[in-house]
Amino acid sequence: MTGDDGEPGAASQGATVRRPPRRKKVILAEAKGQRGLARTIVELEEQTSVGEHLVRTLVRAQLRTALMMTMLVVAGMTSLPMLFYLLPAFADFSVFGVRLSWVLLVLVPYPLMYGVGAWYVRRADRHEQDFVNMVDR
Amino acid sequence: MLPLLTIAAVVLSTFAIGYYGSRAANTSRDFLVARRRVSSRQNAAAIAGEFLSASSFLGVAGLVMKNGPDQFWYAIGSTAGYLTLLLFVAAPLRRSGAYTLPDFAEARLGSRGLRVVATVVTIAIGYIYLIPQLQNAGLTLSMVIPQTPRWAGVMLVTGVIIVNVLGGGMRVITLVQAFQYWVKLFAIAAPAFVLFAVFFVDSSQGTRSGLTSAASPVFTANTTVTLDESVRVRVAEPVRLRASGTVDGHGVDGEVTWTAGAKDVAANTTLSFPAGATVPVVVGTVASNADWVRPQSGGKAALFNTYSVIFATFLGVLGLPHVLARFYTNPDGRSARRTTLHVLVLLGVFYLFPAILGALGRLYEPGLLTVGRTDATLLLLPSVMIPNVVGQVLGAIVAAGAFAAFMSTSSGLLVSLAGVIATDMSRGRVKDFRWFTVLVMIIPVSLALVLRPHDITLAVGMALAMAASTFCPVLVLGIWWRELTWVGAGIGMTVGGLLVAAAMTVTAISDYTGGWAPTLVQQPALLTVPLAFGTMIVVSKATSRRQPEDINRIMLRLHAPDPLGFVKDRDVLRFGEGRADGRHRRIRPRRWRARWSRA
Repeated sequence: MTGDDGEPGAASQGATVRRPPRRKKVILAEAKGQRGLARTIVELEEQTSVGEHLVRTLVRAQLRTALMMTMLVVAGMTSLPMLFYLLPAFADFSVFGVRLSWVLLVLVPYPLMYGVGAWYVRRADRHEQDFVNMVDR
Repeated sequence: MLPLLTIAAVVLSTFAIGYYGSRAANTSRDFLVARRRVSSRQNAAAIAGEFLSASSFLGVAGLVMKNGPDQFWYAIGSTAGYLTLLLFVAAPLRRSGAYTLPDFAEARLGSRGLRVVATVVTIAIGYIYLIPQLQNAGLTLSMVIPQTPRWAGVMLVTGVIIVNVLGGGMRVITLVQAFQYWVKLFAIAAPAFVLFAVFFVDSSQGTRSGLTSAASPVFTANTTVTLDESVRVRVAEPVRLRASGTVDGHGVDGEVTWTAGAKDVAANTTLSFPAGATVPVVVGTVASNADWVRPQSGGKAALFNTYSVIFATFLGVLGLPHVLARFYTNPDGRSARRTTLHVLVLLGVFYLFPAILGALGRLYEPGLLTVGRTDATLLLLPSVMIPNVVGQVLGAIVAAGAFAAFMSTSSGLLVSLAGVIATDMSRGRVKDFRWFTVLVMIIPVSLALVLRPHDITLAVGMALAMAASTFCPVLVLGIWWRELTWVGAGIGMTVGGLLVAAAMTVTAISDYTGGWAPTLVQQPALLTVPLAFGTMIVVSKATSRRQPEDINRIMLRLHAPDPLGFVKDRDVLRFGEGRADGRHRRIRPRRWRARWSRA
């Protein structure tokens, strides 16, 4: 340990003028939580069939959500080139002098992707929370 | 002079932020823990800052100017690449604790041999990405400061990034890269707003007609262009011009009339067109404005190309070496997801502007279509549209933004390449890392000086195709499919990588010999990505005995929620427990802790 690590011991050792290190609050309840945590980790790491099943279920749920979101993007965006190719009238369509195709390619994709992403993050977090709750019991 | 000042300002402020930042954080502990004090917003700005290369900054506008809205897919795809990253890779990859792709391959599949393959592919992707950045730095500098030789810009960027990496400035790279995102956003947004206002005034006063009122782009003023590469141009309507140099193999000097057809114009030829003449365009450019403005007007080949770009970008971003290293700065898997979500916003905002500027470029700066240097659109557009000091200032701002783009992407690539090579080929000491930082640059710098510059976005598209055909399947299958084996991953990466490399070679040869390469070869991802995935799956099935024995534990680590504490680099977490003033700091997010004690 070197001085610039800022260990409280080092600070009080050097100069008596300095005020003593702050008091620390010790919360015992957390220690109990920690023990529970360790137990579940051991259970999962020992690869009991229950533990393995739990992990497989989580992975499958996450993958299903990700694939669902991919389908949304594929349906909403990557079908556009094919539509423009098959329906030139659609590609040329304009409203008030603004071409719909340009709006669809410049403005629409980014909010759409953000929406899909935000939805995925919420669902993925929920799956993980469910997993934590299940493991804890 | 003005661009020189702004470029110097960006370079110096990069150094300054790096220097002061590294003074503030100078113990290894600070270095490790600092990343945990970075909010996911700031982290996202850093990721976007590193990702937005010259290809996004200059290249997309240039391609839009040339070929119309089909080229938006490069911008959409780059953003979508981060969405793919978010959906399939971000959190598990962060939890794997891998710092580089070779690390991930070895940790997941347990094979040293695979690590070597992954290292070679990383270097290949890095070089393919780096070379066009350097080349364009040279082109840009010689464009904004006339009479500068092309190697000057290459050497300037190389020098700056090497000094920055060696000087330890990389400690606060998050800060530097985040700063450069905002520089780039400002440097593209400010000209876009001003120039669009100018266009609006012009068209409402009737001094300038809309884009589609003429059948083809026409010169709006008397225009003189000098070619610095030989090009083949297509003449749509007969045009009278003054030429001095070599055309179709014959020396010319004086007034000539070009009839419709193709012309080969040699380098260093000067062409002067009168106002109102139809612009002869480089072969491969969409000549008719009606076709240009409509998406998918190029028939089956263009459709194939669009889907190939979609494959390359949607799946390629997650295999870029500098992108992955940056994800490691997230404290855990959940924050990796949040950061990626912010990246989607930042990229989306940025990519609104190249579209506008590309369209304005076709209207105001059609001479670039003759020269085949549409990558320079953004640099020249302000001074063409506003021929006074305001235009010059805007042009200088764009030049500074372009240099921010060259530097941020190149230094990110350099750090990750030097890191990969130093850990694989040496004992990984800081001294080794510094040596490799210099050595790594020798090959890309010499290739950048020798090879003929291509449209930067197309060149970067090749790097994305390479990443999509090699690392994307390894990452996606490795994270979600238990049965992947190292044999399957190795053979799949080799097949995908070699196919893309072959396509690149053919494209390069065709560049020198008249551009005959079909679309499939110029952007091969639509074919190579499914082939790489298929090879990996089939070979893994055939070699199922070679699955890692601890596959269950690996899957657990990749997918288990962060509060369970399976993240591999837990010792790094422990670093942060104490603070200099003796107080204790929570490491895990409060919300999780609260839920945990309630449960």
